[in-house]
Amino acid sequence: MTATSARTLSHPSRAGARHSTRPRLAPYLFSAPAVLLYILFMLVPVGYTVWISFRAYRLEGSGIGGRRVDVFAGFDNYATVFTDPEMIAGFTRLLIYGVIAVPLTLGLALLFALLLDVPAVRAKRFSRTAIFVPYAVPGIVAALMWGFMYLPSTSPFSHITRSLGLGTIPFLTNPGLFGSLANIAIWGSVGFNMIIIYTTLRSIPTELYESALLDGANQTQIALRIKVPLIRPALVLTAVFSLIGVLQLYGEPTTLKPLTSQISQTWAPLMTIYRDAFITDNLPAAAAASTVLALGTLVVSAFVLWVSSRRRFG
Amino acid sequence: MTRTLENQTTRRSSSTEAGSRGTARGRVIPTIVLILGSIYCLIPVAWVFVAASKSKGELFTTFTFAPGSGLFANLGDLFAYEDGQFGLWAANSVLYAGVGAVLSTFVSTMAGYALAKYEFRGRNVIFYTILAGVLIPGITLAIPQYLLMSELGLAGNPLSVLLPSIISPFGIYLSRVYSSSAMPQETLEAARIDGASEWRTFRSIALPLLVPGMVTVFLLQFVGIWNNFLLPFVMLSDQSRYPLTVGLFTLLAKGSGTPALYSLAITGAAVSIIPLVALVLFLQRFWKLDLISGGIKG
Repeated sequence: MTATSARTLSHPSRAGARHSTRPRLAPYLFSAPAVLLYILFMLVPVGYTVWISFRAYRLEGSGIGGRRVDVFAGFDNYATVFTDPEMIAGFTRLLIYGVIAVPLTLGLALLFALLLDVPAVRAKRFSRTAIFVPYAVPGIVAALMWGFMYLPSTSPFSHITRSLGLGTIPFLTNPGLFGSLANIAIWGSVGFNMIIIYTTLRSIPTELYESALLDGANQTQIALRIKVPLIRPALVLTAVFSLIGVLQLYGEPTTLKPLTSQISQTWAPLMTIYRDAFITDNLPAAAAASTVLALGTLVVSAFVLWVSSRRRFG
Repeated sequence: MTRTLENQTTRRSSSTEAGSRGTARGRVIPTIVLILGSIYCLIPVAWVFVAASKSKGELFTTFTFAPGSGLFANLGDLFAYEDGQFGLWAANSVLYAGVGAVLSTFVSTMAGYALAKYEFRGRNVIFYTILAGVLIPGITLAIPQYLLMSELGLAGNPLSVLLPSIISPFGIYLSRVYSSSAMPQETLEAARIDGASEWRTFRSIALPLLVPGMVTVFLLQFVGIWNNFLLPFVMLSDQSRYPLTVGLFTLLAKGSGTPALYSLAITGAAVSIIPLVALVLFLQRFWKLDLISGGIKG
């Protein structure tokens, strides 16, 4: 493949020697693998999902002679997504979870990044590395570790509260469950977001702070009045990533499911989608819900980007 | 790069000490908060290693941060589980993440280079279509991807996990950002005037300049594929093809019936995080994560 492309690639540049800066074929060949894979594994699946979401399986005939046929269903599947009480409950749970997880993740990431950027602080390298470690732990393994730290019989926290006579901490029952799940996400993503914000902070020229210091500003004022406005693009980016992460919640509740009876098979929307697609074999319902989830992600991300760009100029 | 950072740090600290006379409070409280954050992030890791050292009896009876006596027995059980399934899972994770990330890095770099350094018809259409892919939740794609793989007769095959992992809109985006900044247009023109073919220019002149960006894309992809759960969970049915994430999940899911498997799941979790944490810590210095944050300006 290498030899062929080398030959084809060299051809147009030599032929068009008069306009030697405009090779015609090369950029297409360079981007061809990415474009083909993108079409095959992203566009085609997306298109297929949308198509299936407008179909439905109907049984024709009855009993053993019954035959499953594929018919056009219009927006029926979408109507089901928005009226199915389990799905609505799933989105509500996701909302509660997101309201806890996103602000805490971003707030802690910003706090740690700003503290790392304070000149006099000690043990910087250690804290930066330690807080970044969870990034290397898969979400499933993180959920597994925290799961055992929540489980009454193995939890070190409940062990301590029991010996103090305060009883077991209800990590795995409502409403504590929301905090417990959000905690796994916060733990897993605070370090990565911190590093993104911190590297942005490092790229700000120090001259910008020096005049403020001469004017008698303290580090807190510098952080809030100068640094935070300057790193807004990085904050927007981390916010978008965190929101996408919330909508994709699947692995953590699925992992905790064996440890508690309060996580049902349809706890999060993606769990319902998985059940519809693979257990109850209702592909159109799963496809419609997937489409809603993907559109929701697009709308939420676009909204965050829009709000942030408006405020920058307004 | 490390040296520049250190210079900056010294420059900064000297200027502040002159300015704010470094009050003790301004130093102690931030340090304490950061140490608390570090403890929060390290506790589960410490716990899982301690718990991995406990025998099955000790796990549910002794105080959880007291080390146990069953470490070697647990490790033995773990690697002996169903004729060494755990070793297979680890090997599979290395295979999927390693091969997937290498291929992904090359595909992304070539595309990013083309999108940054050539003007051609359709460039913007390609770029913005791919960029929109960053926002499509990869996970909601897993199910239609499974249907596609079934059509192709590849469901259950390792290729069904590998192929979708190669395409990374975010990787392409980062490669484009890095190509625009690291590769001077004049160098490219000079190579063309010297009669080098486009492929040769890319291979011998552009690639070496793009290495730092490629390392970043590689690591992001490696960690992303290694940590991925839903895609292999949906695609694979044969246990011996599982990566670590899916394998450990099945251990835990079965464990609710037989608590003996809890010990195995905990020991497996402890063993499985060692290589990735080591890799990330070791390669941390080669990351150009400012690429991610700096990229959105342009």
